[in-house]
Amino acid sequence: MLELRNISYRVEQDGIVKDILNDISFTIEDRFVAVTGPNGGGKSTLAKVIAGIIPPTEGRIILDGEDITGLSITERARKGISFAFQQPVRFKGITVKDLITLAAGKKLSIGEVCNYLSEVGLCARDYVNREVNASLSGGELKRIEIATVMARGTKLSVFDEPEAGIDLWSFQNLIRVFEEMHDKIQGSIMIISHQERILNIADKVIVISGGKLSDIGKKEDILPGLLGVTGSCSRQR
Amino acid sequence: MDEIQKTLLEQIAGLHEVPTGAYNLRINGELGGRNTTANIDIVPKKDVSGIDIIIKPGTRNESVHIPVLLSQTGLKECVYNDFFIGEDCDVTIVAGCGIHNGGDAASEHSGIHRFFIKKNAKIKYVEKHYGSGEGTGERIMNPTTEVTIEDGGYMEMDTVQIKGVDSTKRVTKATLGENATIVIREKLMTHGKQTAETEFTVDLNGMNSSANVISRSVAKDDSHQVFLSRVNGNNACAGHTECDAIIMDNASVSAIPEITANHLEASLIHEAAIGKIAGEQLIKLMTLGLTEEEAEAQIVNGFLK
Repeated sequence: MLELRNISYRVEQDGIVKDILNDISFTIEDRFVAVTGPNGGGKSTLAKVIAGIIPPTEGRIILDGEDITGLSITERARKGISFAFQQPVRFKGITVKDLITLAAGKKLSIGEVCNYLSEVGLCARDYVNREVNASLSGGELKRIEIATVMARGTKLSVFDEPEAGIDLWSFQNLIRVFEEMHDKIQGSIMIISHQERILNIADKVIVISGGKLSDIGKKEDILPGLLGVTGSCSRQR
Repeated sequence: MDEIQKTLLEQIAGLHEVPTGAYNLRINGELGGRNTTANIDIVPKKDVSGIDIIIKPGTRNESVHIPVLLSQTGLKECVYNDFFIGEDCDVTIVAGCGIHNGGDAASEHSGIHRFFIKKNAKIKYVEKHYGSGEGTGERIMNPTTEVTIEDGGYMEMDTVQIKGVDSTKRVTKATLGENATIVIREKLMTHGKQTAETEFTVDLNGMNSSANVISRSVAKDDSHQVFLSRVNGNNACAGHTECDAIIMDNASVSAIPEITANHLEASLIHEAAIGKIAGEQLIKLMTLGLTEEEAEAQIVNGFLK
């Protein structure tokens, strides 16, 4: 279980103090938690705070009762936190197989690597020995990114907008991947998303807006309000 | 061969014992063994130190190994090797030099290799340089490669220097005839206070000749590298050179492109990129559970693979 207690992230730029995150508290103990809200509201920063990439200026992060606020990215990864980047990183010379093997933290057979790739809808044979470099499209990189998190199999997986750029691959498959991940690991999955179909599988929905937690609850309670806003926009048109 | 020499041989040629086929093994300036075949002759030079490697026209799927091992501190040598590759050959040549310096005096190997590649011959040339030893004596290697490729000939040159060479000046010159091609791949890593200078000059003289020079390098600690690639397009031809370098610590790298088109149909491209390891690459691998040092090592190994 992950618990955020009063997390704030404040930056000072040109003498102006800005709260990117402001006093955010919640727990993740459910299967799927969806984090949504307007662009620039602080969702990605929150994910980076959980992964240890950004240190919060205030607040505590507790994983299974242990305070991990002061732990590094590496230490948190080893304690069971995985993070799929919104914009996956490219590497010259490192192959898809290398990256998935590093993620798994043990030697994998070609067959095992291929299974992960097939899960995310990539024809494994074509990809396993390719470099994770600029020759791959944004959508291909996103799927490989998801495959690395699957290969890690940790108790908490955080995905930052996994649906972006994978239009050709149906959402249904993405959702099936999340469900299978949960069945295998019995861990929690936090997904930052704007997609209604992804929000629909969430047990809990968190709305972050203007750096603050503006709503939290069961999807049945939160979604009608969110979708109502969208609805009113379309009615205005 | 003693254990040190065996290790050097494995590092530069991937060999555990003397190779099969044609070979010439040079250990501490002396002949360590030689074998010739029906198609490949190796003849020692009379006026200077070195050998002539003569490959009969039409020789296919054969290889020659000519490793050089230095384990005696303070030894300095200059070796002239000439390769005569007959028409229509398709062969692999594996050279390389390993220096183990356990003493205080500098050890130095300068190899001047000349290749005469006849019409439609195809060769792959692999050259690895490696240094080891705890001594304070410098390990110096200065390889010079001069290549003449006749019409329709093809050369692929892989040159690798990953570890332990304190100072190196690597000069490669190639002249190409009609429809001739050269592909050069360089992989280089320097550390400590090492210096490495690379200079490629390719003259594309023949119609439809082409050159592709690709260098990937990593400079660590206080080391310094200079990469100069000079391609002269003297006919309808295609030339591409690329330098991609990672710098770490206090290292420095200079990339100097010099492409000259002397013909309207010459098409020449130079690309160069130098920079440190991207922070996001380190972060990504750290989110997979690697430490920063492990992440760095993975990125460098991948880059030079």
